[in-house]
Amino acid sequence: MEVMIILVPLALALGLAGLVGFLWSLKSGQYEDLEGAAWRAIADDDEPAAPAQPEAAPSRP
Amino acid sequence: MHVTRDFSHYVKDLGAGLKHIDLAVEGVSCAGCMAKIERGLSALPDVTLARVNLTDRRVALEWKQGTLDPAKFIDRLAELGYKAYPFEKASAEATEAEESRFLLRCLGVAAFATMNVMMLSIPVWSGNVSDMLPEQRDFFHWLSAVIALPAAAYAGQPFFRSAWRALKTGNVNMDVPICIGVILALGMSIVETFHHAEHAYFDAAIMLLAFLLVGRYLDQSMRRRTRAVAGNLAALKAETATKFIGPDEISEVPVAAVRAGDLVLLRPGERCAVDGVVVEGRSEIDQSLITGETLYVPAEQGTAVYAGSLNISGTLRVRVSAAAEGTLLAEITRLLDTALQARSRYMRLADRASRLYAPVVHATAALTVLGWALAGASWHDAIVTGIAVLIITCPCALGLAIPTVQTVASGAMFKSGVLLNAGDAIERLAEAEHVIFDKTGTLTLPELEVVNAADIPADIFSVAGQLALSSHHPVAAAVAQAAKSRSPLMGAVEEPGQGVRAVVDGVEIRLGRPAFCGAEALVAQHASVDPEASVVAFSRGDQKYLFSVRQGLRPDAAKIVAGLQRRGIKVEILSGDREAAVAAAAKALGISEWRAGVTPADKIARVEELKRAGVKVMMVGDGMNDAPSLAAAHVSMSPISAAHLSQATADLVFLGRPLAPVLAAVDYARKALHLMRQNLWLAVLYNVLAVPLAISGVVTPLIAAAAMSGSSILVMLNALRARRVREEAASWK
Repeated sequence: MEVMIILVPLALALGLAGLVGFLWSLKSGQYEDLEGAAWRAIADDDEPAAPAQPEAAPSRP
Repeated sequence: MHVTRDFSHYVKDLGAGLKHIDLAVEGVSCAGCMAKIERGLSALPDVTLARVNLTDRRVALEWKQGTLDPAKFIDRLAELGYKAYPFEKASAEATEAEESRFLLRCLGVAAFATMNVMMLSIPVWSGNVSDMLPEQRDFFHWLSAVIALPAAAYAGQPFFRSAWRALKTGNVNMDVPICIGVILALGMSIVETFHHAEHAYFDAAIMLLAFLLVGRYLDQSMRRRTRAVAGNLAALKAETATKFIGPDEISEVPVAAVRAGDLVLLRPGERCAVDGVVVEGRSEIDQSLITGETLYVPAEQGTAVYAGSLNISGTLRVRVSAAAEGTLLAEITRLLDTALQARSRYMRLADRASRLYAPVVHATAALTVLGWALAGASWHDAIVTGIAVLIITCPCALGLAIPTVQTVASGAMFKSGVLLNAGDAIERLAEAEHVIFDKTGTLTLPELEVVNAADIPADIFSVAGQLALSSHHPVAAAVAQAAKSRSPLMGAVEEPGQGVRAVVDGVEIRLGRPAFCGAEALVAQHASVDPEASVVAFSRGDQKYLFSVRQGLRPDAAKIVAGLQRRGIKVEILSGDREAAVAAAAKALGISEWRAGVTPADKIARVEELKRAGVKVMMVGDGMNDAPSLAAAHVSMSPISAAHLSQATADLVFLGRPLAPVLAAVDYARKALHLMRQNLWLAVLYNVLAVPLAISGVVTPLIAAAAMSGSSILVMLNALRARRVREEAASWK
């Protein structure tokens, strides 16, 4: 049963790592916009600003 | 005069040369909008952050301090096709957001502890029947204690606090038995572990907290979402005023930045955002939002105007008075206070359930201890069994039974255009058996409509619409809207208080007062046909026409009223408007009970009269004159166009032009109440099955844990049914 000396602290450390990760994600505001986050995951990566500008330019007065 | 827009009130200084502003954006609905807005705004020079929050429909912007004017963001968003308004978080919303983060932190801690204690418990449960050494079992129990005790101390805070608050005021709420159960279970487990006993209940206690925190968090996030939407709507209503910052210089500022004594400009077609007194100018004002009366009131020097009044014809300069000084508002506020007090006596279903639950459970536990002691068991065994009863009569299902249904039902209502202001509104709405509607703005649409469009030749209509675009008068705006006009006529001249004129193909055309267009003869005729409509005349050479403009009924009002009546709900109209107007609306909708010309006090009196007769009244109204009766009624609802005060008092707010959300809300609420009761019965049934086991002393921690999670999951699954109401009932779809 010496294996417990390694396994129990290891299991606890993993659990704590999960908890710390959760608290960090909470603190960094990842639960503020759950709907948006769902869409961001499948949105295209940010293209360089180049394609956005030409389409926006003509609408400027 | 040059108008500047001043947003400095909303801009936050982040330090290091960075500025921050929050904008509420209308019409953001999908991922496409999100990407478009973020790219469009990031393309502006000096912008360091543009992030859309799709849940709250807001954009957070940060930029380098310097030449960039925040008004530029709003213009940019307008170019992209979105209407945006600067937004200030109400303090109530900030508190809710903090509370929700705290609950989530507690939930995270409790979930972590539950999983790890479970991991230690399962070997103990299986080891007890096989070959686990007592030393190993004790070690696992101690380890569980080390995890569970601090976790419970942290994650139990919401319950401990709420129970303590209730006990201090001499009350008992749901959290008192929860706290007693958790503390006793943990305490007993420590004692048992100390005595090398076989069973400890650390897992059950911490799992109980985790499940209950799920319920709390759901409840909280439902309220938070409503707050966020309500906050946006307040911002979208563009609470700005045109303030004089010099003798001839004006600036558009947020209402929050207007002080008593300031001078503001009120142009035709603008809604007054402040209370004040006219110091210069002459006009007519529409006070229907305040009094329900649709006839215009003349305004001149010395006339008091209230927030919510619509300026019709002339430009006014208004001296802002302190908000509370207005006699009308003061009176309404006073009525409001008393009415709100009366309603806070309502006891929620959950509180009623827990008031029954606590004494029954505690008595059962005490009897169990006594019974076992009398039957000859040792005190130790008797107490252990008693505590097992407390744990197994898990308030878990009870704590989830109502919040889960509320969350699911409020989500369904949200989709059909109803926002909840109060958590217990669903229960009260389901009980409503008598609906009192206000007329102006509630049964009718807040905007004006041309009613005789069919009688006017199409070419006349379209040219009149084009001419109307040059006028600020709301009646003219209604004509322009009805004609779907886009391009204004060149060279149109507005004569204040009279109308607009222009010359087209050498012929002068005029739109305005009948006298301005020489159409007095038509007015006499018209008055006998439709006495309540406002008229605007149009002339082209000798051709003269009258447009009859009034607030039309909501398109589906008759259907919805009939639907309410079919559900056994009595419908009544109480309006501050003239008798003729109310009678016509009541006739069109098939409502036999109506009263016209009622004051706010009359409305309350009627609500009180029905209440005394034991009738559960639902009040649907929008005006400031409705606010006290909204508060006095058992449950209340306002359209989103309502005056601020009544929106804040209403339990529910509905969106859009149709009246259908009122009926949808009733249907969902009835279904939800049904499910809440069913869930409570499920919880009771579970207890009936589990408690005898606990009393007989055969409940091991394994059975406790399985029974607890089983009942919670059952109740949650049942709550999901609140999403749907039966098809045949859903005629409002």
